[in-house]
Amino acid sequence: MKRERVRRVRVLTVSAVALFLAAGIAAAAPQKEEPAGRKSGATPHGPQFAVPKPPFTPGIFPCSDCHKDMKPNPNRRELKDEHTGVVLNHAQGQRWCLDCHDIANRDKLRLVNGQRIGFDESYQLCGQCHGDKYRDWRAGVHGKRTGMWNGEKQYLLCVHCHDPHDPSFKPLQPMPPPVRPENIKK
Amino acid sequence: MPNEGARDSQAFRMSRRKMMKGVAAALGALALPEKDAPAVVWEAFFQKHFRELSAEEKAKVLARLEKEYSETYKKAVKVRATQPIEGVLYGYGLDLSRCIGCRRCMYGCVAENNQSREPQIHWIRVLQLNKERGVDLEDAEEYYNPSKVPEKGHFYMPVQCQQCESPPCVKVCPVQATWKERDGITVVDYNWCIGCRYCMAACPYGARHFNWKKAGLPPADMNPETHYLGNRPRPVGVVEKCTFCIQRVRNTPGRYTACVEVCPVGARKFGNLLDPESEIRYVIENKRVFILKEDLNTRPKFYYFYAT
Repeated sequence: MKRERVRRVRVLTVSAVALFLAAGIAAAAPQKEEPAGRKSGATPHGPQFAVPKPPFTPGIFPCSDCHKDMKPNPNRRELKDEHTGVVLNHAQGQRWCLDCHDIANRDKLRLVNGQRIGFDESYQLCGQCHGDKYRDWRAGVHGKRTGMWNGEKQYLLCVHCHDPHDPSFKPLQPMPPPVRPENIKK
Repeated sequence: MPNEGARDSQAFRMSRRKMMKGVAAALGALALPEKDAPAVVWEAFFQKHFRELSAEEKAKVLARLEKEYSETYKKAVKVRATQPIEGVLYGYGLDLSRCIGCRRCMYGCVAENNQSREPQIHWIRVLQLNKERGVDLEDAEEYYNPSKVPEKGHFYMPVQCQQCESPPCVKVCPVQATWKERDGITVVDYNWCIGCRYCMAACPYGARHFNWKKAGLPPADMNPETHYLGNRPRPVGVVEKCTFCIQRVRNTPGRYTACVEVCPVGARKFGNLLDPESEIRYVIENKRVFILKEDLNTRPKFYYFYAT
């Protein structure tokens, strides 16, 4: 009789613990935040990553300041009067300005599916071709990410390091080498 | 006739043993702080090993150091002893396909960690290697100085403390002045280090550096945010090393290390190895990764990788 009771108590305890654990897991699960770098959504709406302002040439943005009164010319051609500083060195055989810049709204960029995006989301545009880099960038592995290793992080846009019209990273002057042992002052 | 034995016992006899005792005592006395030394010198002299300090003793030591450094560098210097964060094991990634050898990390580290500028101490060394020969350390060049980097046919490999899981430097320390913390960072108690440099001989990565002279650290350049086991000013005659910017990374939230922040190409990655969502785990799980001198079984937590 007594043993039976002990057993029942034990069973009760075990099930109570199990219940408690399950409840704990259920309560804990939704609290787990998805880190900023690992979202897999294809084309989300609105800026998803905290980025600084795009590096525009001073005075050039908004583009509509000049373009709003101009009639758009959709024919592929070399620009002779304006934007002569832009020399396309980025698959120049396959594309030109209006493949990435939107013809109707010059303050926006254009994805291949026709969706317009802001210049602060240009990573989506780059990611259309450079999917592997985009994937690494979102994880914080391609490119530079600063901030807190266990908190808020700041991304850079692709165009902060790569000129979109000429994207290869430009060589830098190195900082001075260390002093050779034989040149150390006594 | 006087007894010779009795006379000998009364006379002053300088035996070898006695003399050696005297010499030892005199030498010992010389090593003590001088008679008029201020109380802080005596306190520093009798300070216990860092890991044996009680909370009150630790607070006292930190206050004493803060006072000393603030007077020396003419600014409010903070010396903290922030403990490791539970569930964190730091890991580091370095993308060899990105590094261009610009040495920004070398100097960013010096600015953050209060190394001596003159004579120079660098915790990071950037090696220029030949693409055809690969990671061949016999062929590494540390003093390259072209007008622009990267140079054709070369790649670059920065080397710093690899924060080994079995650190040989810790094994050889005769006084246990250096040890591995719970979060995987190998640290030095500069007040306990006797400067024997065994650890420098034991380290296969050349990551430890000795203070031969008083640190040439201009007060204006001194970083006042310091950690006892990290970037506080070091005395002469002790060994120092990279601590993954312990003064930054042990906070919640904690900043990335100075070298990660300063790298212009984003080749440097840092994070928690125990967090499956961290970028360092992404690197290890998705990229081609190697560790330096794997055959020595030091088990570094510094992962070189190749992202492209």
